[in-house]
Amino acid sequence: MRSLNFGYAISHPRAIDMDNNDLRKSRAIIEEMPELQACISCGSCTASCTAGNITNFNFRKLHTSVRRGEYKGAYEELNKCMLCGKCRLVCPRGINTRGLIMLIKRKLGDF
Amino acid sequence: MAHRVVIVGGGAAGIQTALELKSRGIEPIIVERDIELGGKARGWHKLFPLFTPAKDIIDPLIARLREERIRCFYGQEVTEIASDGVVLRSGERIPGDAVVVATGFTLFDAHRKQEYGYGLYDNVITSVDLERMMNSGRVVLTDGSEPRRIAFLHCVGSRDEKVDQKHCSKVCCITGVKQAIEIKQMFPDADVFNFYMDIRMYGPGYEELYRSAQQDYNIHFIRGRISEAAETINKRIQIKAEDTLTGRPLRMTVDMLVLLVGMSANYENKNLAQSAGIPLAPNGYFRTQDSFLGSVTCEREGIFFAGAATAPKSLADTLAEASLTASAVCNYIKVKYTK
Ligand SMILES: Cc1cc2nc3c(=O)[nH]c(=O)nc-3n(C[C@H](O)[C@H](O)[C@H](O)COP(=O)(O)OP(=O)(O)OC[C@H]3O[C@@H](n4cnc5c(N)ncnc54)[C@H](O)[C@@H]3O)c2cc1C
Ligand code: SF4
Ligand code: SF4
Ligand code: SF4
Repeated sequence: MRSLNFGYAISHPRAIDMDNNDLRKSRAIIEEMPELQACISCGSCTASCTAGNITNFNFRKLHTSVRRGEYKGAYEELNKCMLCGKCRLVCPRGINTRGLIMLIKRKLGDF
Repeated sequence: MAHRVVIVGGGAAGIQTALELKSRGIEPIIVERDIELGGKARGWHKLFPLFTPAKDIIDPLIARLREERIRCFYGQEVTEIASDGVVLRSGERIPGDAVVVATGFTLFDAHRKQEYGYGLYDNVITSVDLERMMNSGRVVLTDGSEPRRIAFLHCVGSRDEKVDQKHCSKVCCITGVKQAIEIKQMFPDADVFNFYMDIRMYGPGYEELYRSAQQDYNIHFIRGRISEAAETINKRIQIKAEDTLTGRPLRMTVDMLVLLVGMSANYENKNLAQSAGIPLAPNGYFRTQDSFLGSVTCEREGIFFAGAATAPKSLADTLAEASLTASAVCNYIKVKYTK
């Protein structure tokens, strides 16, 4: 159905809505990798990330959003990752970030 | 005859200073405004970072005070201090060879942050209320049901120019972590969120406890100050914040909002300092001579400090400092009177 053009668009609210977000996948990810919750958002993973240095890929922000139940675009975004594992070498909380990337893809993807 | 030292305040700082002075052969006298000894710590359920029951620390201290037959005045407020004694509100003067100011701190009054609705909304409480509830063995919402989603807000009445409290209260981050864990232990299926600006884990074992809260208890830490709270029709609390780590506004409804109230300087410090002719720090706490070798003394000889009267401090730091204060008092008396 073609929508009527009123000359303006309704923009979606930008707020993260923790009441209505479906947190089941986020919970499942944390359950499988509880140490993810120990992230202190230092940004080392993003800073060292090869993909992040040539694209706007931000791994810290991505997994923080996923934990909040914001999955939209996350899977596609993760395709920018080359699984080089540099992020894992630098994480001060010892999070298996590379494994986390696979985990998020597995939980969010259709396979 | 033993030298006599007047200690103003019978909280942890005052008691420990008195015990240490007594063991050094000095006669301490405690003047306490309250009708009981122990100060704020008497009201806490379990202490960070090891979940030690506060009673296990405070009760033996008070018992030892009794055993040592240390004199205490109860329900007496000191209104003037000098290096040779204090004056009570009644006008009575208690002389001494030195005076220790152990008057502690004042809990920030959460009503002042109106946007969080303390006193207006049923299920907005403070960290102090939560300690009280845990002491009573019952943590419930006002309708008697169990909370399933709880938010803690850090820095309430600290680091906030709007209420003239620019300092960090030091103990509320670790208190928030401790209480969040206690809530999860009580209600394992509950979701707990801590809204913080910075996480300040300065003491031994604190960072480890924070990590355990994250990893073992799955407590969610969201960086952002709650900007306002509103009550829903079914008495839940709707909160708004920015999730500054994703750069997006965030909204959620919780059953209970716990405000981690800070440590403010006592209002009466102004008058006490004026009577002694000593300065206060800009945040209203007593100003020490310096932060290194003069951390329990001031510009006026014969007046000493112990505990949270000079800055927010944990109980552990307070007790350690009290020993330092006693030794400084001792040295002062030795030099002054043994000539
Ligand atoms: C919510 C909260 C939780 C905390 N939990 C912990 C914890 O788990 N572990 C930990 O290590 N620390 C904890 N603390 C810190 C701890 O409470 C303080 O370190 C401790 O109370 C400081 O002791 P104090 O004797 O210096 O001061 P206070 O406890 O404030 O005692 C001062 C005493 O002086 C009296 N007084 C004041 N003015 C006068 C006057 N003019 N004349 C006569 N008497 C006077 C007061 O009545 C009071 O009894 C917590 C603090 C807060 C706010
Ligand atoms: S594994 Fe992926 S996210 Fe980690 S540094 Fe390499 S490209 Fe970046
Ligand atoms: S390096 Fe580790 S702790 Fe730092 S932001 Fe990345 S995942 Fe979090
Ligand atoms: S200790 Fe933490 S909660 Fe308390 S004032 Fe400092 S930063 Fe805020």
